[in-house]
Amino acid sequence: MTASRTDHLGNFAGAEIESLLASLGVTHVVSVPDSTIGEWYGAIERSERVELVRVCREGEAWGVAAGLYLGGATPLVLIQCTGLFESGDALRNALHDWKLPLFAIIGYRSYLNQETLPGDTCLVFTEPILDAWRVGYRFITAPSQLDEMRAHLTKCRDAGEPGVVLIAEGKA
Amino acid sequence: MSMQLRGAMRALHSARRDDDIVITTMGAAREWMMLGPRDTDLVFVPSSMGQATSVALGLALAQPQRRVIVVNGDGSMLMNLGSLVSITAAAPADLVVILADNGVYEVTGSQPTPGAAAGRVSGTSVDFAAMAKACGFQSVYQFATSAEWTRAIKGVLSETGPTFVALDVVSVPGTPGPRSPGPAAARAKAFMASIRGT
Repeated sequence: MTASRTDHLGNFAGAEIESLLASLGVTHVVSVPDSTIGEWYGAIERSERVELVRVCREGEAWGVAAGLYLGGATPLVLIQCTGLFESGDALRNALHDWKLPLFAIIGYRSYLNQETLPGDTCLVFTEPILDAWRVGYRFITAPSQLDEMRAHLTKCRDAGEPGVVLIAEGKA
Repeated sequence: MSMQLRGAMRALHSARRDDDIVITTMGAAREWMMLGPRDTDLVFVPSSMGQATSVALGLALAQPQRRVIVVNGDGSMLMNLGSLVSITAAAPADLVVILADNGVYEVTGSQPTPGAAAGRVSGTSVDFAAMAKACGFQSVYQFATSAEWTRAIKGVLSETGPTFVALDVVSVPGTPGPRSPGPAAARAKAFMASIRGT
């Protein structure tokens, strides 16, 4: 891991993300933003196919997504990895107790660029935490992998399993 | 003055509509299971800390044609106070949050919560109803006796929401926590089939 990776690779355009989510049938995006994810909000807010649900902390996002799913909607949780750390109990309950096949996109802070936070411990803990919570995920490091995201989430949807995509981000 | 949780829940059981979704957790879940939930109810056991209100918000957004009622405890509410803000941000008109406030973590041995007078240096309890009002709940109520609650409940549930109701309930030390009524995943499937089919 170096601090010299370029920081633009994780930056999908909001329209690409909105289009991807809509094509997967996602009805609601439940989210707390970071500086990468936040750039997608405009496209999601303008969408007539996907509704943005703002929550105050990431644990809530899993609870709201659980309720949406139980109510017949198709939600997706959109948070940063720091929010993943704080939302463990809610994730455990939704995915493992109730076995709800929820989708999530999780931003991997500092993966591409550590200038702002040298030695960011997100790089130490993000993947082991996902493994610890037994969340199968696809790691995306470049916008050219949009089709991989689609394929992964489609496969998970068709299998009735949770679908998580980890997206490398640049500066925190 | 305060009321028994069981009596408060009995009043709700009588006043709810057949097609309401009622979500209960912790002590309220225990009492609701004794009263007999409908297929459209979600006994949120096992739960995650403080998430009943968040699950209720999701259900209210997904099922806007139904009234969603969630009964939460004050300890659980304190673990997820931000959900009050998230609820009013989304503003589902048919969501009712009922807070059964007994001032303690009853199922762990009745230790005072940090919101209760006994758990605070100041000796004054936090005002959940004022908090809900400040968050922007459309309709906010507080009831200290079973008679008041029972008299008002139908009108309260019919208000334009989101609605917040604080009930002052007595703690019953030694009361056990709720026992899961069965495998959660199977209950989730049955719940989903029920609300889609009715």
